[in-house]
Order: sequence, then structure tokens, then C-alpha cells
Amino acid sequence: MMRTLLVRGMLAGLLAGVLAFLWAHLVGEPPVRAAIAVEEAAAAKTAVTGAAEEAPAITRSTQETWGLGVGVVLFSVAIGGFLALVFAMVYGRVGVLRARGTVLAICAIGFVAIVLAPLTKYPANPPAVGSGDTIDERTGFFFVLVMIALAAAVAAVRLGRQLAPRIGAGNALAAAVLLFVVLIGVAHVALPAQNEVRAGFPPQVLWDFRLANLGTQAILWSALAFGFGLAAEAAVEGRPLLARRGAGERATVPSR
Amino acid sequence: MSTPAAVEPRTAPTTVPVPVVSLRGLLPYWIFAGIVLMLAIYFVGAEEGATSVFAGSNVHELVHDARHLLGFPCH
Repeated sequence: MMRTLLVRGMLAGLLAGVLAFLWAHLVGEPPVRAAIAVEEAAAAKTAVTGAAEEAPAITRSTQETWGLGVGVVLFSVAIGGFLALVFAMVYGRVGVLRARGTVLAICAIGFVAIVLAPLTKYPANPPAVGSGDTIDERTGFFFVLVMIALAAAVAAVRLGRQLAPRIGAGNALAAAVLLFVVLIGVAHVALPAQNEVRAGFPPQVLWDFRLANLGTQAILWSALAFGFGLAAEAAVEGRPLLARRGAGERATVPSR
Repeated sequence: MSTPAAVEPRTAPTTVPVPVVSLRGLLPYWIFAGIVLMLAIYFVGAEEGATSVFAGSNVHELVHDARHLLGFPCH
């Protein structure tokens, strides 16, 4: 069963990754190109001072297509695998949701904890924003915030479970959300601010890029919730993926 | 939480879901797959940025756009 779930989780991740890649390529690349153009214009203006146009080993056109695709799909498959692991752990143990509801809940919590909570403190930056000198600490604080958000999500789910029998599911959910928001708020205040956007960077490009980032992640997580929701439901009911139902949803059947 | 149980003709839905994998059976998957999946995320999200396993910047350059558009700090 775990094998089936893991295979299906990664397959759902593959499909979600392809969709997210299409969005990232079509919607995300224009602001990336614009940001690179800004960077190059600035580098040209400040002249030779070692703005060091390192000869690219990988061309821009490869980065925008294969590179972007490999990165997004790899990330998505990994998230799909983790989704399967978390699903197997919580299904039937935490809460009374059935398979699809469980998958949806995990994905919603995962999206909020892994994407929204970090993004509202350390928003994604296009190329040309950010100095190489601070990449170490920025990467560190980013992952620290992801870890804090995951821990806060676990704490919120625990609180909700404890309160649910006493004050009802709706109130318990509200209390859990409140706890999560307070914990994230404290983390946001406690962690150091980062502002790498240099003066004069076109705000519209920044906005477009950040929306594209949010869209990429939103597509990835919602497609994952949809795909793995169906696949996990079939798995716990002992059905193969390509039963009558779900025609057109996916074209491959993982062997059991 | 109401689930549309009525539209499922074939399997009589059990009212309370039961775990499908024992925690003991889950542990090796968590350890092994967890490590492999973390590595995948690391290579997309951080390799040759803040830290490096391989020398050079080919990994960074290949997944460069994905790293930006997924929202990881890049450079």
C-alpha cells in the first residue's frame, strides 16, 4: 500500500509539475526576462568594474525551457512524494476526513505553511534583485521560516483536534487558524527583515514576477491536491488508477 | 465535513477511515524517501547558491529560473 501511495504521489507530482511549468514558462518568464534586461542595462552603465558577465555555460533559452521544467517538475515530484508519506501517516489517524478530504487538507496546510507563510516575509525576487553577499543568510532565514511554519501548522492541527470535541469543529478550526496566524506573526516580527530590491527597479516587473511565483505554486499545490486526491482515494479503496472513473485525468497506470 | 458518499455506488463507505499503513511499515519509507526527496528539493532550491556539493555553477544555472519562480532565494 505504501508503495502504491508513494508511486501515485510522485505521479501526481509529475502532472502538477508539468502544469506549474507551463504557467511558470508562459507567465513567469516575461518578468524574468524584463528583470535580466534591467540587470544588464545597469551593468552596462556601471561599466567594466567587474560586473563580470561570466560566460554562461547554460544558455538563457535552456534555462527558460528545460532548466525551468527540470527544476519545477523535480520539486513537484518531491512534494508529491512527501504528500504521499504524510497522507499515509495521518489518514485514519488524524481527523475523520476520507481520502480526498485528507489530501485536500494536507495540501491546503502545506501550501499555507511552505508557500504563503514564508512568502509574506521573504517574497520571491526576480534575477537582478539580491546581492550575492547575503545569499547565505537569506537562504538560511527562508528555510528557518519554512520550518517554523511547518511546526506551527502541526501545533495548530493538534490544538484543533483537542478543541474539536469540546467546542465543535468550526470553532476548533477557527482557533487553530488563529494560533497559526499568531505564531507566524511572531516569527515574522522576530526574523530579520530583508530588502534586496534596489531603488529604481521597475515595480511592475517585481509585482508581475511575484504574482507569477504565487501562481506557479498555487497551480502546483492545487493540481497535486486534485490528482493525488483521486489517486489516493482509489488506493485506499483498492482500485487501480484507470478504473472507469477518472477517464482523462491521467494516462498512466503505475504497476502495483 | 460532509462527503458525497451517495454518489459512490460500488464500495459501501466506511464511516470512519482506518489507517492504511502501519506506522512501523511507514518508517523505512519516511527515512529513505524522505532523504531522497529532501535532496531533490535541496538541489532545486539551494545547491550552488548558499552551499555547494558540486563545484561550479551548472546545477544552479540549470534550475536557475525554477528556483526564482518557485520562490527560493537565489542570488
